[in-house]
Formats: sequence, C-alpha cells, structure tokens
Amino acid sequence: MTALVTLRDLAVSFDGTPALRGIDLAIARGEALGMVGESGCGKSVTWLAALGLLPGKARVTGSVTLDRAEILHAKPAVLDRLRGGRIAMIFQDPASSLNPVHRLGKQVCEALRLHRGLTGAAARAEAKRLFDLVGIPDAARRLDAFPHELSGGQNQRVMIAMALAGEPELLIADEPTTALDVTIQAQILDLLARLRREMNMALVLISHDLGVVADACDRVAVMYAGRIVEEAPIARIFAEPAHPYTHGLIGALPPIDGPRRPLAAIPGQVPDPRAMPKGCAFAPRCPRRIDACEVAIPESRVMAAEHRAACLRAEAFEAVHA
Amino acid sequence: MRTSPITTPLLEAQNLMRRYWMRRGAFGKATEVRAVDGVSLSLERGKTLGLVGESGCGKSTTGRLVLGLETPDAGTVAFQGAPMPAPGTAPWRAQRARMQMVFQDPLGALDRRLTIGVQVREPLDIHGIGDAAAREKRVLHLLHATGLRPEQAERYPHELSGGQRQRAVLARALATDPALLVCDEPISALDVSIQAQVMNLLVKLQREFGTAILFISHDLRAVRQVSHRVAVMYLGRIVEEGEPDDVLHSPAHPYSQALVSAIPHPGRGGQRILLQGDPPNPADRPSGCAFHPRCPVAFARCSQESPALTARPDGRLVACHLAHEPAIARAA
Amino acid sequence: MLRFFGFRLLRAAITIVMVVTFAFVVLRLSGDPALLIMSVDAPPEAVAAFRTAWGLDEPLWVQYFKYFSAIFEGDLGRSMRDGRPALTLVLERVPATLALTIPALLIKLCIGIPAGITAALHRNSLLDRLVMALAVAGFTIPSFVLGLLLVLLFAVQLGWLPSGGQESWRHAILPVITLGVGGAAVLARFTRSAMLEVLGQPYIRTASAKGVPWRAVVWGHALPNAAIPTVTIVGFMVGSLIAGAVVVESVFSWPGVGRLLVVAVANRDLAVVQCILLLVAATMVTSNLVVDLLYGALDPRLRSGLASAPKGAAA
Repeated sequence: MTALVTLRDLAVSFDGTPALRGIDLAIARGEALGMVGESGCGKSVTWLAALGLLPGKARVTGSVTLDRAEILHAKPAVLDRLRGGRIAMIFQDPASSLNPVHRLGKQVCEALRLHRGLTGAAARAEAKRLFDLVGIPDAARRLDAFPHELSGGQNQRVMIAMALAGEPELLIADEPTTALDVTIQAQILDLLARLRREMNMALVLISHDLGVVADACDRVAVMYAGRIVEEAPIARIFAEPAHPYTHGLIGALPPIDGPRRPLAAIPGQVPDPRAMPKGCAFAPRCPRRIDACEVAIPESRVMAAEHRAACLRAEAFEAVHA
Repeated sequence: MRTSPITTPLLEAQNLMRRYWMRRGAFGKATEVRAVDGVSLSLERGKTLGLVGESGCGKSTTGRLVLGLETPDAGTVAFQGAPMPAPGTAPWRAQRARMQMVFQDPLGALDRRLTIGVQVREPLDIHGIGDAAAREKRVLHLLHATGLRPEQAERYPHELSGGQRQRAVLARALATDPALLVCDEPISALDVSIQAQVMNLLVKLQREFGTAILFISHDLRAVRQVSHRVAVMYLGRIVEEGEPDDVLHSPAHPYSQALVSAIPHPGRGGQRILLQGDPPNPADRPSGCAFHPRCPVAFARCSQESPALTARPDGRLVACHLAHEPAIARAA
Repeated sequence: MLRFFGFRLLRAAITIVMVVTFAFVVLRLSGDPALLIMSVDAPPEAVAAFRTAWGLDEPLWVQYFKYFSAIFEGDLGRSMRDGRPALTLVLERVPATLALTIPALLIKLCIGIPAGITAALHRNSLLDRLVMALAVAGFTIPSFVLGLLLVLLFAVQLGWLPSGGQESWRHAILPVITLGVGGAAVLARFTRSAMLEVLGQPYIRTASAKGVPWRAVVWGHALPNAAIPTVTIVGFMVGSLIAGAVVVESVFSWPGVGRLLVVAVANRDLAVVQCILLLVAATMVTSNLVVDLLYGALDPRLRSGLASAPKGAAA
C-alpha cells in the first residue's frame, strides 16, 4: 500500500538555529502513528512545517508529499484547501485554541463552509451532528456557547468536531490530552480511537508520554533533538527498544507495580540546539557511548521488520517492562 | 518548642474546611464553594503522603491550609503536636522555616534578578541561621545535595534548564532544614526524563534530610514512586486512603478505580473504566456522594447520603457505600 | 447587569466630584482672584467689596457647599470677568474645539489603526520599521514644537496656509494635523502590539490549520480580538475631544475651550475654570462608560462574568 503522507529529509531552522534536522517518515492510510519525545525535540514542528503553519522566519527544506503530490511550499490556495480538508490538526490547549470571541457553532460552520460548501441551516445541522458524534451533551445549545463556557475536555471535543468537519484522511493530534485531567484524557483518547475506526482516518498522535501513545497507536517514532532516533511497532518498542534514548524514556516512567527503586533517569539534559554535538546528539547522555558516536551522526538502520534505529550500538535491549 | 512524644505525627490536620464565595454571572447570587470539605490527614516524620486528584478537587488548597498560608474556616492543623500559630505573628514566621513549599513552575518561584546562590542562601539570612562562613558552606552543601554544580551558584534562573531550576528551588526549600515540605505538582511542568531525575532526587533528599513530604499530584504513577501513603481526593474530600501499592492494585473507591484504569501504560487491553462527564464544579456540588453522577455503580442511596471515610478491616480508608461490601466492590 | 452599571455610574459620579473638589480647592489656594482681576493697585475697599460680591470672604467650606448646591440647580456660577454665566461662556467655545478635535480624531483612527495593523502583519520588515520609526517620532515631538515647525514651514516659508486664527477651513488644517499626528502615532504603536499579541495566540494557528485563508484569518479572527484592547485607547481619545486641544489652540490662537481655559486659569476666573473641568471630567467619564459597554459587546468572556468573583480560587 502506498503511503498517504511521506516526509523526506524535512528540516527546519529558526534564525539559523536548527529545530528539525532531517526527518523521514511515512504515514499509511488509516494507521495510527505516535510521535514521542521531550519538549524541543521537534515533534510538533514537524507537522507545523509540513502544513506550512510555521511563522515566516522559519526556513523549511525537504519534501512533504500527500498521495505523491508535493505540498511543501505549495501555493496558499492549495494549502488552505488541504488544511482542515484532507489533513486536520488539533492542539494541546483547547481553551486557547478556540477563538474566544466567536460562538463554537460559528467556528465549526466556518470549516464546513470552507471544505464542504455548507452554509446556513445545513451547516448548522451538520455541526450539531458532529457535536453529537464527538459526545458533546446538549449539542444544539452548545453551538451557541462561547469557548469559555465549556470545560477543557468539552473544548477539546469541539476542536475534534471542527477537525472532522472537512472529513480528513489524516488527523494530527498535537498533545491533545496534556492540558486535561486524567479521567478526561482517557475519554479523549477513547474518542480518538473510536473516530479513527469509524472514519478510517489516519492519526498522528504527538505526545511526550510513551504511555499515552502506547494506548492509542500501532506504531511509534521516537524523536530526540530534531531527529527520529527510533521507529517501531508499539509492542516491539516496549519489548525490545533498540536506541538507548528510547530505553531511557521507558525507564523513566514510574512503574505501577514491583518494588520501588530509583528510576533509571536519563542523566543530564537535551543539548542546546545552537551547539549540537558533532556526532549523535544523545551521545553526551548515553551510557553506551563509544568514541565513534561523537564522530558522525549515525544512520538509521533496520533492526527488524518495521523497526529502525539510528544508533551505532543499536541492538535489542532487554525488555524493561515485562 | 515542646518536645513531642514519638507517637505524635509531625502533622495532624483535623476536619479542615475552606469555603469561598463565588458569584456566577452578573445576576447570579453568590454561591458557596467548598474547596476543602472536611479533610483529615496525618503525616509522620520523614514520610511522604501523596495527595492525588484532578483539578478543582482541593488538593492544592489542602496544601496551603496545612502550611498555614490560608486559614481554614473550620478544623485544626497541629504541627509537631502544637496548634498552628495565627498567620503573620512571630511564632508563625518562625514556624515557616520549619515548613516549606515547592511549586509546579520553578521559574515563577525564583527571582529572575538574583543568582541561584543568593536565593538558596536567602532563607538562612532571613531566619538568621549561622554566620557568613557557615551559610556559604551550607549553600554549597545544598547545591551538592540537589545535584547542582558549585559554579551554578553564580547563574541566574533563566540560564538553567527546567530540571535544574527545580533542583535550585528544592535546595532553597531545604536551606532551613524544614521538617515538612509541601510539593504542589513539582514535576508536572518537566519533561519525562527530568521528572524521573526530580522524583529520584526527592526520595534521596528525604533520606538525607529526614524531611516529611506532602506530595500533591494528579499523577498516580508519580505518587506511587515517592509516597508511603496515598490519599485520593474528589471534590474537596478524601475518598480513599491507604498504602500506594494497595490503592493502585486494588482500588476500593470507584473513583480510584477509574483513576487507576486511566493510567496509560503499554499492554493494557481495552478494559479501561471510562467516567462520564467532566470533573465536577465545586460550586455545583451534587447531593449525597459527590461522585454519584459519574459513578458506574451508584445506586439510590448514593444520591441521598454522603458516605463517611471509614476504615475497612484491612485498614484501608474508603468513603463509599459499596466499598465496605467486598462482593459488590469487586463486581465494579 | 443593573448591578454592574449601578456600580460604574456610582464610580463615575465619585470621579466627577473628586475632580471638581480638587479644582475648587487648588484654585482657591493658589492665588487671590480679587487681586488679579481688580489689578494690584486697586483701593482695598474695592477689593473687599469684590470679595463680598463673589462670596470669597466666606470660609472655604461654606463657599464649597454653596457651589455644590448651585450645581444641582443647574447654576455653574458666573464669570468674574464679564459676569456672564460660565456655562454659556464655555458652551460657546465647544463647537470651535470640536471643529479641530473631531477631524483630528478621524485622522488618528484612519492613519493609526491601519498603520498599526500593517506593521504587525509585516513584522520586522522594512515597512514595519519605517512605520514604527515614524510613530516614535510622532509621539516624542511635543505638539507645540510640531505646531511651530508646521507654522514655520507651511505658513512662514511656503506661505500656503495661515498661521493662526479661525477665519476659514484653511485655518484649521495645521492645527488638525498637529493634533492628529501624535494620536495616530500612539494608536499605531498600540494597535501593532495588540495585533502582534493576538497573532501569536493558538486560535490564530487553529484558524490557519482549518484552512481559513490568511486574509480571512486576519479579518475574521485576529481583528475582533485585537479590537478589545484598542478600544481603551480610542475611548480615551474620544474622552479628550473637549480638553485635548489646549496646547494646540494656544499655538494657533484658535478660540476654543482650551484657550478659554488658559485665559481663565491665568485670571483665576474660578467659575469658568471649574465649569470647564466639570465638562471635561463628564466627557471622560462618559466615554469610559461607553468603553465598558463596548468591552461587553466585543468580549463574551466579560459578558458572562461581569461581576463574578475571581475564578480558580479552588484549585
């Protein structure tokens, strides 16, 4: 099956400081891919760059194709049809991601008008259907509410309804549950999984939490300092993480059973993007570092079927969590 | 200071209440919001109590009440066996040196214009502890204990990473050798790998300094990692309290069950308990058990009668009409 | 709602009373109107008679009380210079002032707001820098300096326009420009920063992400939000329609309220000064009330929480 979206050597820099240093990634139709990494690793920038949503000072290079058609640096009219149409995006903080001065219904109807040509009563009826679909109680009345009148979880449902308005083939969810309470996070993840099944939509779930991604995705890409360091099916990444950073991320999650001992925290911190190490960006924090790691950036290597890792010393680590 | 017998807990809060008045809408009448509604807790010397719950459950307010930063409308707080002095008085200020608070946002907690060294030293200056040489030595010791390098004393907050700032905040909090540390979501603003560092550090510092910790968090995993006991709060009340492993592995209250099942982790099937609705609004408190509108096992009595927090035979404290009947609780 | 406006009205009334009281006290403590109006070498009996006639020999608090009770009967006192009612005297001058300040306000709005928006949309471009450089120049030059410069250039050097007086519309051009430039500069800077603030908000990114064309993002999503803070400063400008031209009227010898104020202060013509200040305070307070109303119309968050206690108390 050909990929729906393919990123090739996508790189971004702001005022000469690299934020994304060459990403290769393919999303298949209907699949759920998790992108995991710490703040500043470039997981959000990747998709903002791909959709042309970064501010003008960002320098974006590489290639992004949707069904083999190049969309990076496409004309504004082309991008506007695409964004919210074939590819939709939702964000971390639902309360500030909705326009505070417009009614929710108006904001959803705007997307319906742009992508499905619906106006007036037809748009409103469809907006109500979408509100029902994402589980907003009392949908008809909520259409006339303002964002500040709803809770964070309800606003995120509105964001999802708005994203569904264009019947997208791919939904990018950028930390959709980070700002929400634990029980609401569970509701939203459940909703996303159900919608993906029902609408046969591909999902990219960006999160700092491996646990969240594990719950909702088939496959995961682990990012560190602007690169993908490992890519594998979910089960495999927990069973046999190949990159020491992935290994560290898993070890940093507090276990929910077993004896309590100090967590295997990754020492040190993320390198300054203005002063990247010459070789592997993780080398300064890596317990398995050898001299060769500091010479050149390691190429991504195939570890097993659908499992790649960019590490000279990549070999199957033992399972961290049985 | 009175020497208290070993059996007295370091901190004992009885039936704390905190109300606010809130007006909703321009025409609205002021309604009473019970942020904390009868919370009792006790904390042993050198131990950690984890306080877990969602936003608006009153966990932060509870933290401020036990520190004396807010005065309860009812209930008492006893610290080392003695009641809390009135806020603003000299004994209260002296007490402040023995209890410290650590917040979520370390950048907001630090003064941008002062170096880390000056800020760690500040509590020593304020409370007049030791001479200049002793203070310098203490600062170096604190930096070392929290994993900061001596030369980072000369740095300003913005020159440090988030994790290092939280280390600096901890160093400052520990300067006066407090008996109690209240940590309000101390790791939730940090990255995963840094969260692990700070959790390890908290455990290490507790061993080294013998500090008791009230660890407030929404994250049950983190609470288990650092706590000796855990109390689950819902809408201003503690609904369950017990050993962390017990609560995590066999949660007794339906709310704890939902919280535990919401913990994302790999390899869990689809057996998650999904709660309906939003976290409740403290200004619009349901009748009876506050959890009953979202509770998957609620029955008639739950909407009329508020369950008391009582001990089960195994010592677990639970506030649920059903939890004391094991058969039904398990069926949930 | 009623409670909200009751509160605002009460506050407005208190503001006006305070302004009037302050003016009353300061004016009476800062010089003797009798001596100023009667000339220094007037016979003492005449000065005393003048004081008695105007009630200046009574204790300050009695004068204050009388003044206030008169206000409630619509009597704002008489000018000590020509004995005409102060209110009539002041109202006569209002049209002349408005003839300057209203066109100046239009200039401020029509230049300042578009310039600020343009600068924000082309942040850090040459255009942005140019607009901001002009704006800095525009509000750092005091209006009397700008006025004199304009007179030197257009009246003295080029002889295109008259330097002062009120004979024709051509006389109004220089003072209107002088008045408008500073305000336009302030408004441009203010609009720019309000716009930049809004453009950085997540909901702008959301609008782009759902495929809204950029022009529509700016008009439909950014401007309605940026208008909220801008309304404050425009409200202030509307509020100073009457009092805002004191300096410029003096420079261009324009017979408006501002000039009347300067003359009345110099002569300690108490009733006239107080009348002007009352009028100025009333316009300012009224425009503030209108701004509050507009806030409600522009920002739904304020509409539903007009009088609510701070939220998030129970964290």
